[in-house]
Amino acid sequence: MLDAHPRATDIPSGTEAPPIVTFEGVTKRYPGIIANDSIDMEFRAGEVHVLLGENGAGKSTLVSMLSGLQQPDDGRILIDGVEKPIGSPGEALEIGISTVFQHSMLVPSLTLVENATLGRKWWQKPDREGTAQVMNAAAERIGVRLDPMALTGDLSLGERQQAEITRALMRGARFLILDEATAMLTPDDAARLGELMRRLAAEGMAVVFITHKLNEAVAYGDRVSVLRLGKKVGGLSPEELKSLDPQEATNAVVQLMFGTREASTGERDRPDATTVDRSAKPTLELLALYAKSGRVPLENIEFKVWPGEILGIAGIDGNGQKQLASTIAGQAPVSDGRIILDGAYIDKMTIGQRREKGLRYVTDDRLGEGTVGTFPMSINLLLKEIGQTPYWRGGIEQPEAIRENARQKVKEFDIRTPSIDTPVGKLSGGNIQKVLLARELAGAARVVIFEKPTYGLDLANIAATKMRIREAAQSGAAVILISTELDELLELSHRIAVMDQGRVAGIVENEDGARHKIGALMSGAEK
Amino acid sequence: MTLFTDTFLIALIAGIAAAGVPLLLAGLGEQLSEKAGVLNVGIEGMMLGGAYLGFYIAWATESTGLGFLGGILGGLLVSSLMVLFCVRMGLNQIVIGIALTLGAEGATALLHHVQFSRLYPRLSDVATWRIPGLADIPIIGPALFDREPVVYLAVALVPILVYVYRRTHLGLAVQAAGDKPAALDSAGQNVLAIRSFAVLACGGMVGLGGAFMSIVGAGVFVPFMTHGNGFIGIVLAMLARGRPLWVLFGAVLFGACLSAATALQVAGVAIPTDVVQMLPFVAVMLVLLIAGRNAKLPAALGAAYVRGER
Ligand SMILES: Nc1ncnc2c1ncn2[C@@H]1O[C@H](COP(=O)(O)OP(=O)(O)O)[C@@H](O)[C@H]1O
Ligand SMILES: [Mg+2]
Repeated sequence: MLDAHPRATDIPSGTEAPPIVTFEGVTKRYPGIIANDSIDMEFRAGEVHVLLGENGAGKSTLVSMLSGLQQPDDGRILIDGVEKPIGSPGEALEIGISTVFQHSMLVPSLTLVENATLGRKWWQKPDREGTAQVMNAAAERIGVRLDPMALTGDLSLGERQQAEITRALMRGARFLILDEATAMLTPDDAARLGELMRRLAAEGMAVVFITHKLNEAVAYGDRVSVLRLGKKVGGLSPEELKSLDPQEATNAVVQLMFGTREASTGERDRPDATTVDRSAKPTLELLALYAKSGRVPLENIEFKVWPGEILGIAGIDGNGQKQLASTIAGQAPVSDGRIILDGAYIDKMTIGQRREKGLRYVTDDRLGEGTVGTFPMSINLLLKEIGQTPYWRGGIEQPEAIRENARQKVKEFDIRTPSIDTPVGKLSGGNIQKVLLARELAGAARVVIFEKPTYGLDLANIAATKMRIREAAQSGAAVILISTELDELLELSHRIAVMDQGRVAGIVENEDGARHKIGALMSGAEK
Repeated sequence: MTLFTDTFLIALIAGIAAAGVPLLLAGLGEQLSEKAGVLNVGIEGMMLGGAYLGFYIAWATESTGLGFLGGILGGLLVSSLMVLFCVRMGLNQIVIGIALTLGAEGATALLHHVQFSRLYPRLSDVATWRIPGLADIPIIGPALFDREPVVYLAVALVPILVYVYRRTHLGLAVQAAGDKPAALDSAGQNVLAIRSFAVLACGGMVGLGGAFMSIVGAGVFVPFMTHGNGFIGIVLAMLARGRPLWVLFGAVLFGACLSAATALQVAGVAIPTDVVQMLPFVAVMLVLLIAGRNAKLPAALGAAYVRGER
């Protein structure tokens, strides 16, 4: 559990000073939606201000106005008590506002160091060595290790996020925004980031922290604000937060976020192991699989997954999980070894052939490799079936069939979208995930790979996604669930494999004591 | 073979340089523009603008130096329209690029007609710089080291651009503008300024290439004289995958084809001229077939940047 204590009890005398940033009646409209509706909010030095709200509530929009990317349509922004617009990202940085955005703002084709020096004046020479040292020092401060000379595009999403936090700290900001920064971190790293936030606040920094994990909000926040459908619906002041114990505070926040719904706490029921018949033929089998092309090469991976079984894949992010998923899915080549699906070798097949055999892959890179952001939602639902009947006949698009499919999926998967023609990129993260799920779970799935399926989603969407994962298994598919959330794996999986540096360090039955064994495997103690 | 006499070889190699310099400048310029995320289809028009204005100023002032400056100016003028429409206003880069090329073709032909009617005044020969020592090497010396200063400048741009891309902030910013402009913006840099700079610099280089064609190559201005050189520059930039040195190799290769076409004709080889003139374009297609497969282009190439849009 997280430690609820380290709240700053003695906020420095700065409380009397005006807030670094004050929002007064700030409104931001997008076509067809009011993303922020007359928001009043204060961000003070020495405080961790937690923003909570479901996907699409308007948190990132608020962040984009704080960081100068968007201008409010209405309302006033005060800096240190004086009215002053944050006209551009450059102005935000000058004020001392440094942002770690929800979606990576690193250039993939540049190294981490080069990304860190991007803001400097163009006539200066990049000092790679010097910057690398500063970067290493900053990384050490938050307890992560990174290679400043690594090419950003080669890193996992989690590693990129760590690099972004490091870069924000390097800038020496007095106002740090972390938009869903813990989403890609392991529990340990998230806890370390939490401690860091507390330390920075104690040093007088203002921190804005966006998360979907209520325990983090309560443990690290001094002040909580809750957004719902663009409106600020309430919050907890530092005094209120201090007077409540963590469970009470969590309940209060859940009340604000969801109206009446309760926090789902007691979901510790493991799946029933007897539903899986391991004497039957496995659906998916990996035989001494090697894949050398990725950044973390896969070495000698072997496991079987039976019909109806959920095999969890645990491990610290960046230990080959992504390579494993993309190798099975056919996006990365196999160097050696075999993949067998329903008794047939599929390792030489194309992505399309594997899909026809019933292999499905729900990627964590939802907007990158999962969907085409500018295509309408209805087409994204059929992205892997383009040209096939009944949606295309003789190369001709059948708009009615496509629309009908989309309408049906919208209903079935509860996709919240202005219309089925809306480009997927304009939907909120949770709804993009629903589009992906609706597409990948269509038809007769034999094997489904879920990669970090709940990353960045709110409680309601997490619950819906977990239900889909269970349903996939119950319908007889073999499920591979890759996640860095140990609780999620323990809740859903029958067995859990632990990956470490491209190998499977061990496979654990999900029974009492599993958590301990997995922890030992992850830390490399049982090698 | 009696074909390969010294004079033939000197003419051939000198011809490679003459044909290659405009291609090199066009390829380097396009590469810079594409790196920054602007697919500059208008470079054929920029080249013509440079060819015309360069020629006109050289003729009017009787100074080739001013003529080359005029060429740069001509390229800048056309590219400033590209900046206005595509970078600032975010209009479609391909449509505007084609429009600029067609517009420049018409405008330069019209201006030339108004000024010179049916006359094609010829410029006197351009002074060369003899590089002591190197110019004395047989064959290569007279062909490459006793040349117009623009030739040396074009080749010198290759290491200069390598340095800019690898070693300067400007290079990083240009690459970021083409790969992930939002990242550059959120780091506090002005994406539109970087892109504008890249397109203008491209226009300047390409315009100089055009002026080289009219002032040095032909000695006259003839409407439509750039003859697809700008488009070959786009191909070169695409094949070079961001490396200036590869643009140089490509320019030499295509320059050799163009030069061989002329040299073979001059030498009276019994191949139909149409076939010989096809040579460079056959080369373009072959190289595209072989090397064009995994050409890697900047992620945000061709997309206008509007802050906060998703
Ligand atoms: N640039 C944009 N253009 C159009 N709509 C947008 C844009 N950014 C956000 N939205 C919409 O505004 C709403 C709030 O989004 P966002 O602030 O990203 O939510 P959150 O971060 O709380 O999940 C969503 O409905 C989203 O679709
Ligand atoms: Mg968000």
